[in-house]
Amino acid sequence: MVQTTVNGKAVTLEVDPATPILWVVREQLDMTGTKFGCGIAQCGACTVHLDGTPVRSCSTPISEADGKAITTVEGLAGDDGVLSALQQAWIDVQVPQCGYCQSGQLMSAAALLRDNPQPSDDDIDAAMRGNVCRCGMYNRIRKAIKIAAGTDQADSSAVEGAEA
Amino acid sequence: MSDMTGEPQGTEAPKPEKKKGKWSRRAFIGAGILTGGALVVGVAIRSGKPSERLQKLMASGDNEMLINSFVKIDKDNIVTAVVPHVEMGQGSQTVLAQMLADEMDANWEDVRILEAPGDSAYVSKDIAREYQMPNLKVPEILEPTLDGTLFQIANMMGLQITGGSFSIRGTGQRGMRTAGAAARQMLVAAAAEQWGVPEEQITVDKGIIAHKASGKSAKFGQFAGAAAEQSLPALPKLKTPDQFTLMGKPLQRHDIPAKVDGSAVFGIDAKIPGEKLSYAAVKAPPVVGASITAMDSDAAKAMPGVQQILNMGDFVAVVANGYWQAQQALNTIKLSYSKTDADSLDADAIFARYAKALDEVGDDGGDVETQTGDANASYAKAAKQISAEYRAPFLAHATMEPQNCTAWVKSDGSCDVYAGSQSPLKARKVAADTLGIDLEQVNYTNTYLGGGFGRRAEVDNIVMAVRIAKATGYPVKLIWSREEDTAQDFYRPSATSRFSAGLDDKGKVVSWNNIHTHLFDPQEAPQVPYYDIPNNLVRKVEVPMHLRFGPWRSVDHSQHAFFIESFLDEVASEAGEDSYQMRRKLLAKSPRHLAVLDKVAKMAGWGRTMPKGTGLGIALVPSFGSIVAEVAEVDLTGKKPRVTKVWCCADPGYAMNIDGFVAQMESGIIYGLTATLYGEISLKKGAVQQSNFHDYKMLRMDEAPQIFVEVINGDPERLGGAGEPGLPPLAPAVTNAIFAASGKRIRELPLSKHRIV
Repeated sequence: MVQTTVNGKAVTLEVDPATPILWVVREQLDMTGTKFGCGIAQCGACTVHLDGTPVRSCSTPISEADGKAITTVEGLAGDDGVLSALQQAWIDVQVPQCGYCQSGQLMSAAALLRDNPQPSDDDIDAAMRGNVCRCGMYNRIRKAIKIAAGTDQADSSAVEGAEA
Repeated sequence: MSDMTGEPQGTEAPKPEKKKGKWSRRAFIGAGILTGGALVVGVAIRSGKPSERLQKLMASGDNEMLINSFVKIDKDNIVTAVVPHVEMGQGSQTVLAQMLADEMDANWEDVRILEAPGDSAYVSKDIAREYQMPNLKVPEILEPTLDGTLFQIANMMGLQITGGSFSIRGTGQRGMRTAGAAARQMLVAAAAEQWGVPEEQITVDKGIIAHKASGKSAKFGQFAGAAAEQSLPALPKLKTPDQFTLMGKPLQRHDIPAKVDGSAVFGIDAKIPGEKLSYAAVKAPPVVGASITAMDSDAAKAMPGVQQILNMGDFVAVVANGYWQAQQALNTIKLSYSKTDADSLDADAIFARYAKALDEVGDDGGDVETQTGDANASYAKAAKQISAEYRAPFLAHATMEPQNCTAWVKSDGSCDVYAGSQSPLKARKVAADTLGIDLEQVNYTNTYLGGGFGRRAEVDNIVMAVRIAKATGYPVKLIWSREEDTAQDFYRPSATSRFSAGLDDKGKVVSWNNIHTHLFDPQEAPQVPYYDIPNNLVRKVEVPMHLRFGPWRSVDHSQHAFFIESFLDEVASEAGEDSYQMRRKLLAKSPRHLAVLDKVAKMAGWGRTMPKGTGLGIALVPSFGSIVAEVAEVDLTGKKPRVTKVWCCADPGYAMNIDGFVAQMESGIIYGLTATLYGEISLKKGAVQQSNFHDYKMLRMDEAPQIFVEVINGDPERLGGAGEPGLPPLAPAVTNAIFAASGKRIRELPLSKHRIV
């Protein structure tokens, strides 16, 4: 038996304690926002927070969540359903394409901004390189993080790109 | 049915309650009124005499039918665009609605989007047409005979596909806009009749129909019913770009909000209302074509949660009460496989096979694809002769969402199927065929796709899931492991391509001779008609391979663009000419191509002095109706080669949603760069060696170049695609940049095979 909280709600789970958090959240708790991508912590699609720390839920057994708090993408918005600034930036920049990796991207970005409210490009690289986006929306992800952080510069034009 | 959340009414030819509109000889618009007073407008066809060539493909003779229901207008002013294409990130559902709404002058806030069901009513006739006759323009596209023929062909092929970068230029340009314009015309006619004013004096703006002189105005909904009483316009007038209010605008995509809060439903998230799902993990023989000869599953049987272990001959499925439980049990199962002819094949053996086939056909054998002048004679007397061989490897699609499908074969023989497919009708049909039941007995639900790239045009996941569900009798969600997804793909084929080119004494390219292995699609991929080369010979040779192959983002352009544009760079280098300037000369008779090339060169500051160890490379590739040129900047001064910037200029005719189009260029560039740097599926003893993202690497955030995109709207009447054309120029732009930076010529991908820094 595992006792944990998920997005602020206390839950008691009768599951094999070796079962990864990913599958408990998806199949037992019926919350499918957290995605399965690789099963070996290589792609980040399954990222959730465990007591605020981003973890790859495909490779983290539910036993590790005993007595701790799990936050999933469904818990990013406020209780009133209002999107977080990060989620809103994701919409404003039109980040997602297929969208499958985006729950994990958002969870990694949310943890980054909480610990480091104005991250540098290198900080963003370090925090986000574990999250694969097969649609290749890395530049938009970077831009959305900066918008949420309030550090976004105006678009650099193509010519500036050449001269830089 | 006024409830716009309900099923669209176009799944069969909608049965209008009343319809005054008379079919004229050229009539093609259908309209009706649905229960609750909603107007529905679609594209009807009247098939005439097909050409002799196509006649044998026709299933029946003359008929008239409403084949598409593209738009509903209900009494609450809600305009529902019924889009016959799926959403896999390319954003075309939004753009299709945007095109329809613009022609209607609908209020965008009142527009809803409904994905059409997997049904023969939504076969991609417009794609068949675009594919068959790409040069027809509006309004010739309204010619009915051809419509009928193509509909029949599309129907027979089970073609309801999202792919080929066709949605906007096919369905959008030819279907959605026409339906929107027709709906507007009928609404105006209805208002004119009721108000007793001439139609010409009526204006429509954001869903409001108005007559200025009398001060009358009404919302769409008020005339939804009356509009259906109007005659059907045979040839509705489409807007010109100066009249566009929504087309071209960067409208936000309808699917994005659900993709930031976790609520978007992908195939892997499917639920069957009121039913508890079981989960299946599967393993197929590592060598394609082998079968399972023995299975030891004793340990698996005893594992927690395991419900059934199924040896299906061509794969094993473990069904359990959770996916992880199923996969854990599967991992303990020991399997033996039958021998196949491919058991000794490795990657080198395949390329050796290609070399042998190419050697055999020599300079003029093989299947001729293009022949102008005499390439061999011209080459023989050329002042300078250049030749080279290029190779590209097998590639997997690696969609972020592994293959999956949920199925329930019920006791009455019918089946519920849930998946995210690029071909919903094909998925539904193959489920029916596999089970030996009628199409109508398959209740198919399509979801969002967690990446498509061509992989989800295949339906092997559907077949597998319904076979498992047939065996269990209870609802099962099949999920492939990443390892299975990587090892059992329909791969982008590997290929070898050999070139020779001749230069005259002034350095002009006078001959071009190419022989390459295999051709899949599109046929123009290896051809360069836009380059002014007088003697041109392009040939192919078929070589068997045992791996399953399928469409992979940009299909054959993905290999041939690398081959052609890299070799052209070699030619320029041998001629002692700047590769941009050489392309300029070769494009003298292709002004749209030249404009794109010039623009990207300007964007990138082509010709500037580059720091040591860095370089720029350029490439231009027209594909899927769009012309795209890219410049890549590489930096070889670090521990590994790095692509730092990519400039992209594209001419898609007209970008119907500019931000969506730019996003597709960005996406194609990253997808292409991933393959350029890392992409390789290799074989050992017939089996795919790669398994997961540690050995089939993906580009990540810290390796992503800055990307700058500019768009030229070069011909609004002839649209090009978006999903694929951004990809092909990327690889050669990068390898040409590596040559510029280091003098190393890359003739085989991926870059990870080479020591570059």
